[in-house]
Amino acid sequence: MSGTTTDDEARVVRPGRIAVIDGNMAAAWGAKLSRPTVLAAYPITPQTPLVEYLSTFVADGELDADMVEVESEHSALSVLQGASLAGARTFTGTSSQGLALMYEPYIRTSTLRLPIVMAIVTREVISPQSVWGGQQDAITVRDAGWIQIYVEDNQEILDSIIMAYKIAEHPDILLPVNICYDGHYLSHVADRVEIPAQEDVDRFLSPYSPSHIKLDPRTPMSVDPLTPGDILMEYRYKHVRAQARAKRVIEEVDEEFGRIFGRPYGGLLERYRLDDASLALITLGSTSGTAKVAVDAARNRGVDIGLIKLRALRPFPREELFEALHGKAAIGIVDRNVCFGWMTGVVYAEVCAALRLLPDQPPLIDFVAGLGGADITFKHYERAISLLQQAASGRTVAEVTWLGIDFEPGEEP
Amino acid sequence: MSNMRRMKLTGSYEAPIGTTMYVVNTGDWRYQRPVTIAGKCRKCGLCSLYCPTGSRYEEANAFATDLRYCKGCGICANECGAAAIAMVEEIRT
Repeated sequence: MSGTTTDDEARVVRPGRIAVIDGNMAAAWGAKLSRPTVLAAYPITPQTPLVEYLSTFVADGELDADMVEVESEHSALSVLQGASLAGARTFTGTSSQGLALMYEPYIRTSTLRLPIVMAIVTREVISPQSVWGGQQDAITVRDAGWIQIYVEDNQEILDSIIMAYKIAEHPDILLPVNICYDGHYLSHVADRVEIPAQEDVDRFLSPYSPSHIKLDPRTPMSVDPLTPGDILMEYRYKHVRAQARAKRVIEEVDEEFGRIFGRPYGGLLERYRLDDASLALITLGSTSGTAKVAVDAARNRGVDIGLIKLRALRPFPREELFEALHGKAAIGIVDRNVCFGWMTGVVYAEVCAALRLLPDQPPLIDFVAGLGGADITFKHYERAISLLQQAASGRTVAEVTWLGIDFEPGEEP
Repeated sequence: MSNMRRMKLTGSYEAPIGTTMYVVNTGDWRYQRPVTIAGKCRKCGLCSLYCPTGSRYEEANAFATDLRYCKGCGICANECGAAAIAMVEEIRT
């Protein structure tokens, strides 16, 4: 798994404290170490313990912040908008239906260019009624202007939240950031996590000091005046430009974090045993861990396969995927979501678009899997890799396979 | 951005803010204009009280309209008890 092994020789700070904590606690620590001064959240499964941990930090005097107990997710993010406009560093988190209720202030946070950091503890959307894992919630709001980073394990949650503030508040970016981690698989499962020392994080992350948008009587400005179309188009262009610039900044911040703390994550995407591979899998989130084990096992069988763990969904690393996948014989995408109108997963559709100019267009296969808390198992990956091998050898393979509810080999009627 | 034609940007702000007074030129909205019939105007001033943009003002023999801000809504003509205001279609070339 990424991040959990640290090369002590390679870093400049001393090792942090080792803890065995669940993903929500890792997120709470990531937030606490980033010194937010205003928090607001409304509990929803599977994010609820995150709110409890943050409240405990504040109540115990370990985190000098105001925790605003609001009546809804809409209010949670609205409170943070006001706090951010007043110059505060802020944090919140939500899941699924809570994110849906938050949508109105959600899109306004990015278009107001407020560098708020929010965990999305990803969960299936209802109906049918479900409280379990899936990434449909975060994926559905991918085009609301936020930066979205998906992570693999609890260490990466903590580290990515610290990095998120540095990305969000960078003067070339000024955009909110979601750190998306899988509900239950990470949020409720304990893992070894190294908690960096506060003074080391303080050296990495400077206090937030905005000037681009701020409510300050000494330098008055009107915020969000009625804006005609020609001026609005300029703001949209600048927002898109900030997303484009974020690709560079995400890589730079990851490189700096890796140098200081000894845990680089690859920036926009992680390449795992990819460079000499002819087959490639693309994953998003915690299932990347299982996928790496399956890739290792396939390698031991002599299958030359590698993996891309996609970290940034927004901005989407179009050029980087093109460069990384150039020359591959077959590419498989694992989607813990569906794109209803494409009849595929969302990541598949976007990878297809990114690779449209690849010469000798390789077969691309989509694997929809793990919806609503259904596990994505080692066996599923073996099946996916087998289908990829068949596609690479020229056999016709269906564009989309729903792992877990498809017919097994030999079972077909 | 390498995939786009260069933009001709005029604003200096990154986020949607304003730091100076920005006056909307409501006169640009007008498709009809009020014309005062001088002989009928009794100079009661009711039109200037109702005008939402403060565009009606007093002259020697009648009330007139500041066409920089008159948006042509016709409230003055509607309220005028003397029927001294006609709304005339605005034709611009």
